[in-house]
Amino acid sequence: MSKERIQISEDLYDIMPPDYQDLVKSATYGKEDRGWKDIGTSKELIEQHSLCAGCPESMAFRYILASLPNPEDTVMVGSTGCTSLVFPMVAVHNIHSLFGNQNAIASGLKRALSVRFPGRVKDVVVLAGDGATVDIGLDMTLQAWFRQEKFTTICFDNELYANTGGQESGLMQKGFVAKMAPVGKLFDKVRLPEIARESGCHYVVNCTVSKPSLVEKVIRNAVHIAREIGPTYLQLYTPCILEIGKNSMEGLQEMRDSEKPTERFAYKEYISEPAKQLLAELAAKDKERKAAAKQLAGQASA
Amino acid sequence: MADIHSVIGTKNKKGQTYTDTWKLMNEAPRTPSFFTGSEVIKEALRRASCDVMIAYPITPQSEAAALIGELFAEGYIGDYFRGESEFAVMSQCAGAAFGGARVFTTTAGPGTMRAMENFPMWSGARLPIQMIVTCRGINSPLSIQPDTLEIAYLLNTGMLVWHAETAQDFFDWILKGYMVSEEPDVHLPLALCCDGFFVTHTKDVVNLTPADMCLPPYDPYRSPVPCMDMECPPVRMMRDPFVMKSNYISYATHASWQQEIWAAVERSRKHSIHWLNGLIDTENTDAEIIIVASGTAVSQGREAIRLLEDEGVRCGLVKVKTLRPWPEEEIREATKNAKHIFVPEFNVTGWLAKEIKATISNPERVHAGPRVCGGMTMPPEIIVSEIKTALGMKTFSLAGRGS
Repeated sequence: MSKERIQISEDLYDIMPPDYQDLVKSATYGKEDRGWKDIGTSKELIEQHSLCAGCPESMAFRYILASLPNPEDTVMVGSTGCTSLVFPMVAVHNIHSLFGNQNAIASGLKRALSVRFPGRVKDVVVLAGDGATVDIGLDMTLQAWFRQEKFTTICFDNELYANTGGQESGLMQKGFVAKMAPVGKLFDKVRLPEIARESGCHYVVNCTVSKPSLVEKVIRNAVHIAREIGPTYLQLYTPCILEIGKNSMEGLQEMRDSEKPTERFAYKEYISEPAKQLLAELAAKDKERKAAAKQLAGQASA
Repeated sequence: MADIHSVIGTKNKKGQTYTDTWKLMNEAPRTPSFFTGSEVIKEALRRASCDVMIAYPITPQSEAAALIGELFAEGYIGDYFRGESEFAVMSQCAGAAFGGARVFTTTAGPGTMRAMENFPMWSGARLPIQMIVTCRGINSPLSIQPDTLEIAYLLNTGMLVWHAETAQDFFDWILKGYMVSEEPDVHLPLALCCDGFFVTHTKDVVNLTPADMCLPPYDPYRSPVPCMDMECPPVRMMRDPFVMKSNYISYATHASWQQEIWAAVERSRKHSIHWLNGLIDTENTDAEIIIVASGTAVSQGREAIRLLEDEGVRCGLVKVKTLRPWPEEEIREATKNAKHIFVPEFNVTGWLAKEIKATISNPERVHAGPRVCGGMTMPPEIIVSEIKTALGMKTFSLAGRGS
């Protein structure tokens, strides 16, 4: 989709909702080096949302949408949970169908788009919670990776079922007392990043969303690698402040505390050899592009 | 955006000519061919301009699903793969349909049940996926034998549900089914059912359309809901997600959406009548005794009628082709003279008889049987016996009845 597609007929302009007018005026579809720094100076691809005040998931959503390298040709797939409360307000096509089937939906979607638009880039990005990714949807998560489906899977890991009121999930820490874990969770947090690597993902990152620049980097990498090589997986800590007894202001600190070197969200990444090569090529191209732009700017000012 | 009319007469990459479907089905020459039902499914798909087929093994549809894989290898299908379970497959089909593809899949029995959560979602999302259901037993203990109980579960999903009697029905209805499903005022999935083994594994003479002619491609931009391909503006769908709200607007929206799905099922009626030449077929409906059936029970009913004729008992026949849309008026009209209505079925609960009882006046006229299940065949003699018993005529004793 080019940006022309979202233009409004002059006759209808005044009756269109202001958020759509803003989208036409100042969204960043098609902007080559879009990123988290556009937040505040351009129309974000997320409108107001109904998540709790201070929810780290809302920050993650904003950073991710600002960082997608190609939102004008990206379709997102969600699942049931807090994320499904946000997707209706997101200005890229997105699909909610059932709980846990997100990687199956994405598999069919990516293949359909490849059949219908040969030679064109159409990125598919899955974004779902940990219950959807690791518990109810685990077989479809893994099988999509085994099949080397070319899309990105993002898991918002809040270590429990948040939307249904804080029940135990597979990504919950051992010993945590929660609904449906009345004496504390009896088994370890599922090690999905390692499983992802063994299942054929070419790029796996486990981190928090405390740093927008980091989120931007891993999102761009994950989407580019999925587009060219094969499946990628990001597990992002988005704590549910409500269910772990924190206040609205404490989400950021919770993430910072959990990403210390010995903690469970210390930055970890795995990049396959072909993916490393691709990233090197992209970095070289980026450098070239920046140098050319600099040169052009220099000529213009001279 | 693709305009389907503009491609009529042009060739696809396999050299097939995109042909107006009405001409293809009604005017193009037909070649009699001796094929199994599974092979017929493959031959229909060869002509269906299908973008994506997703397969999973389960008896008795495995052969058809694998044969379509061969079509993919030959280049007739855009993409094809084996999913990991029926639940996943039906979600993969949904993803492909959301992305604007013409989608086909096949399943059976326990697979239908495992995938069930997907079907109301397909209808709700208005995805015109076509799913072949080769019915088999679904209960424990394990059975792979023909049994149509799973159709009962499909009737309230919002899908169109058709029940083929023969392989010829199958061939024609697969192609016609897309035409009905993809109408903008319908745009719903179709469960095209048949009785497993009886139709899939037996050979029959089927008149095929020319292999070098195919359906016009699906145009996803005729859909009543946006195609999820980022080729049209991504509008904000709602101010607050309804799932969050317990208020009148939220309920009213859900209610009207569900009503719209069923209204679309109703609107499919006129298209189904057009393509299938009516929702039911009838023979001798002036008779006082009528057999109403769907699927292969129709064939057994027809044979029973022949046997009864030899004994001087005249009997009419109603073949129900579409279960959704339900041919309410047609069945009322066709059975208005009947004093006795017999409903032979291949399932234990008799869902077709229940539907008919809820449709006609004086439902005590309905004899809900005979019924066989668990893979039992239905010899025409037991239909004859059921009818003669009801009429107070002397009949032979069936094994096991102890009479």
